[in-house]
Amino acid sequence: MENVASHSNTQDQGEGQEHPIGIYLKVWILLFVLSFFSYLVDYFDFQGMVRWSLIIIFMLLKAGFIIAVFMHVMWERMALITAILLPPLLLITLIGFMISEGLYVFGARVEYLGQPAAAERNHVEHGDSHEGAYHEASMEGGH
Amino acid sequence: MSGQSLTLSQHADTMVEDWSADKETFHVPWGKVMMWIFLVSDTFIFSCFLVGYMKLRRTVTAPWPYPSEVFSLEIFGNPVPLILIAIMTFILITSSGTMALAVRAAQHRDKSAVFKLMAVTAFFGCCFVGMQMFEWSKLIAEGVRPWGNPWGAMQFGSVFFMVTGFHGLHVSCGVIYLMIVAFKVLKGDYDKKNDYSIVEIAGLYWHFVDLVWVFIFAFFYLW
Repeated sequence: MENVASHSNTQDQGEGQEHPIGIYLKVWILLFVLSFFSYLVDYFDFQGMVRWSLIIIFMLLKAGFIIAVFMHVMWERMALITAILLPPLLLITLIGFMISEGLYVFGARVEYLGQPAAAERNHVEHGDSHEGAYHEASMEGGH
Repeated sequence: MSGQSLTLSQHADTMVEDWSADKETFHVPWGKVMMWIFLVSDTFIFSCFLVGYMKLRRTVTAPWPYPSEVFSLEIFGNPVPLILIAIMTFILITSSGTMALAVRAAQHRDKSAVFKLMAVTAFFGCCFVGMQMFEWSKLIAEGVRPWGNPWGAMQFGSVFFMVTGFHGLHVSCGVIYLMIVAFKVLKGDYDKKNDYSIVEIAGLYWHFVDLVWVFIFAFFYLW
């Protein structure tokens, strides 16, 4: 225990820790590559499960590298790591509740309000007469 | 020598030791603990926005506008999807890299390098906010409002302005924070105690802003 406490990898004053510059540069390049990949997902217009899984994987990888290396979490002691990473896990509960609530609300809107279950998405046109287009759209919306 | 991680059982030992001993739990400067507490609470704020947005997307029956078309720009006569957002993402990652180098320079007490790298980081932050202003004014000119837009679900505008606005506010505050620390480094304010941990703490904030953008980019712009 004594030995572990004074292990030099885990800094004692927080400030003395120093890491080879190479790891920063590697992670930096990796973040560029991953961002470029997630942009390509959109550029090549992947859809469905492929799109969602690729987006989520690239997002989690990027977030993980930023937290672990740029924010130095991988070099911290476990007491601090858990204090940082465990509380956000509570969000899973919130996400779960909101998915179930969302499904219910969507079902109610379709079933009782007669709203469309799968509305056709409109393609976006950039032009000059947008102010007019907006007013028309809000008229049609009729709210 | 740093760089190696502890084994899992060593981690368990440090965990028990740090929480059960009659002394401070976190072996880092107090400012760093405070910054982490702030960042964890900020995580919950942004998570509320994004989870709220997720629920919107689940419940909205009106068609959601295609973000990649909304944010396309015309370059040499051809519309390129989402290009402005891609450039903003690269700028923010670049600024994270220069910030990481600034933290390293602070460990070497290389004051002019710290100042220059932090100033470059802040400059990239300004570029990011500038491009966001361009994006906002373009969309506002096209008729996007928090209560409606020409292309579909009216909630699109409210989510867009709230989430990107709150993130942009974080970037703007970060630029000011970085510049204050950078000038104090240059003046030698941290030499009295030879304590440069403030640079790492400011870096934590800046990387967090980049981290939030990763999630906004994935969920709002690519979804």
